[in-house]
Amino acid sequence: MSTVSPSTVSAESAESAASAGSAGSAPATAGPASAGAELALHGVRLGHPDGVAVPRPVDLRIASGELLTVVGPSGCGKTTLLRTLAGLLPPLEGRVTQDGEPVRRPGADRALVFQHDALLPWRSVRANVELPLAIRRTPRAERRRSAEDWLERVGLGGHAGKLPHQLSGGQRQRVQLARALAGRPRAVLMDEPFGALDAHTRAGMQDLLVEILRGTGATVVFVTHDVDEALHLGDRVALFASGEVLDVPHPRSRDARQAPETAALRRRVLDSL
Amino acid sequence: MSTGRRLVRVASPLAALGLWQLLTSLDVNLWLRFEQFPTVVEVASALADRVGTEVYWQDLGHSLRRISVGFLLAAVLGVAAGTAVARSRWAADTLGPLVEVVRPIPAIALVPVAILLLPTNEQGIVFITCAAALFPVLVSTRHAVRALNPVWEEAVLTLGGGRARVLFSVVLPGALPGIFGGLSVGIGVSWICVISAEMISGEYGVGYRTWQDYTIVDYPGVFVGMATIGALGWLTSTAVESLGRRVTAWLPRPTAGVPVGGTVRAVRAAVPLAPSVTPSGTSRATSSDASAVLRPEKEPVP
Repeated sequence: MSTVSPSTVSAESAESAASAGSAGSAPATAGPASAGAELALHGVRLGHPDGVAVPRPVDLRIASGELLTVVGPSGCGKTTLLRTLAGLLPPLEGRVTQDGEPVRRPGADRALVFQHDALLPWRSVRANVELPLAIRRTPRAERRRSAEDWLERVGLGGHAGKLPHQLSGGQRQRVQLARALAGRPRAVLMDEPFGALDAHTRAGMQDLLVEILRGTGATVVFVTHDVDEALHLGDRVALFASGEVLDVPHPRSRDARQAPETAALRRRVLDSL
Repeated sequence: MSTGRRLVRVASPLAALGLWQLLTSLDVNLWLRFEQFPTVVEVASALADRVGTEVYWQDLGHSLRRISVGFLLAAVLGVAAGTAVARSRWAADTLGPLVEVVRPIPAIALVPVAILLLPTNEQGIVFITCAAALFPVLVSTRHAVRALNPVWEEAVLTLGGGRARVLFSVVLPGALPGIFGGLSVGIGVSWICVISAEMISGEYGVGYRTWQDYTIVDYPGVFVGMATIGALGWLTSTAVESLGRRVTAWLPRPTAGVPVGGTVRAVRAAVPLAPSVTPSGTSRATSSDASAVLRPEKEPVP
C-alpha cells in the first residue's frame, strides 16, 4: 500500500483552499484556524468510578499548539488520560481545564482519534468526514467541498464514495484523521492511532500527520507505546509511569535519530518503562 | 441465483401440490384420511371463482389495511420503546417490568381487553395486530441498541454532537440490522394474529371469510383462504426483508461465491493465531457474532 501519495504534498494549497472556502459564507465554521487550546490537569486522579484508579495524581500542562506525546506500558491508564481530557470521563479528583475553563463534557474543541474502527460503518468515507461539519450545520455544498479537500490532503481523494470496510486499516486511520481535523478542533487527542499498522505504513502515517497538522495550530496529545514514535513526533514526551515530562531535542526530524541527545533521551525513556 | 437453484425452488412446491392432488384424487385412507380433503383442482377452481368476485378483493383490502396500520404502529412504538429501555435507566425501570409481564400474554388472548377498551371491532383487530408485532420489535431493538460499539457514540460526542445527533446518527442507523430482525419476526406474528382476530370478531377480512367457509362446510373455500393468507404473508415478509436489505446495504457481506461455512471456519481458525487474543479472550472472540462489524475497541483501562 502506498502510504503518502504525492497528492498530499500540496498541503499548503489545499489548506488555503479550505480556509478560503469556509471563510466565504458560514460564520459557523470560523474562517482561519483558531489557535490551539491550552489543556491542563490539576491534581487529577484518573480512573473509572467503579474501577481501579491510576495510583498517582496527574499534574500536566499542555501549551497551546504543542505536540505532547505520552508513553507508558499498556494498561497504565493512557487511554483514561485521553478520555478524561476529552470530557468523556470525569476525573475522580482534581480539575481538568481548557484555557483555564473547566472541562465538563465532550465537545468539538477536543477531537479524539481512536485506535481503530471509530468510523461509522454505514456512512461513506465522505459522509464520515462531513460529520463534524454537519454537526455544526455547515451548508451542504461547503461541507462537501471541505470533505473533498481533507480527503485529498490525506491522499484518499478517489475513495470518497467507499464504505469504511472497503478500505485498508491504514486508509481508515487516514479517514479518521481527516474527520477529526475537518471540524477544525483546537486540540486533537490521539489514542495510539497508528498502533495497529505495520511499521512501514506507520512511518508514512507519521509523516502525513506532521504534514497535515502544519498550519492548523491545534494542540495535540498523542498517546503511544512506541518510544521511537513518541520521540519523533513530540515537542515533549511525557512518561506516564513516572510523571516526568522531557523536552525532545529535534522534534519531527528524521535525520536527528542518530543525534547523541536523541539517543540519550531514548535510553532514558526506555529505562523508565 | 443460479438456474439450478431457481429450478429447485419452483420444483419443490410443485411436487408438494402433485402429492396433494395424488393423495386426494385417489381418496387415500392410510390412517391419515384424504377422502373428504378437497383436491388441488377443486381448490384451484374455487380460487378462480373467488378471484372474480368483489368480496374476495374487499376481504383482502380489509386484512391488508388492518395489518398495515397495526404493524406500522408496532414498528414505531417498538423501536421507540426498545431504544428508550436500552438507553435510559429511567425508561428501563418504568417500562422494563411492564414489558416483561405483558410480553408472555398471547396477543390473541387480548381480545377481551380490546372489546372492553376500544369502541369498534375494527380498532380491536388493529390493536391485537399491533400488540403481536410490538414485542418482537421492542426486544430486538433493545438488544441491538445495547450491542452498539460505544466508540461510535464517543466519536460523535467528541466531534461536537449532542443527544439528538447521537440518537439519529449512531443509535438508530447502528441498530437497524437488529431492528429489521425484529420487524421480520413481527410481520409474521402480525399475520397470525390479524387472521385469528378476524376469525373471532371480524366483519370482512380473509380470516373472517375462511372461518365463514368452515362453518358452512365449504372446504375448498377454506383452502382458498389459507392460500390467500400464505401468499399475503409471503409478500409482506418479502417486502420487509428487501427493505431491510436495502437499508443495511453497508453491512460487510461475504464475497460472492465463497460458501458462508468456509468463511466462518477460516475466521475461527485464525483467532487463536492472533497475538493479542489471550486464552481467556478466545471464547469471547469466537462467540461474538458479527465480530467483523462490532470488533471490540480497546478496553478502557480501569
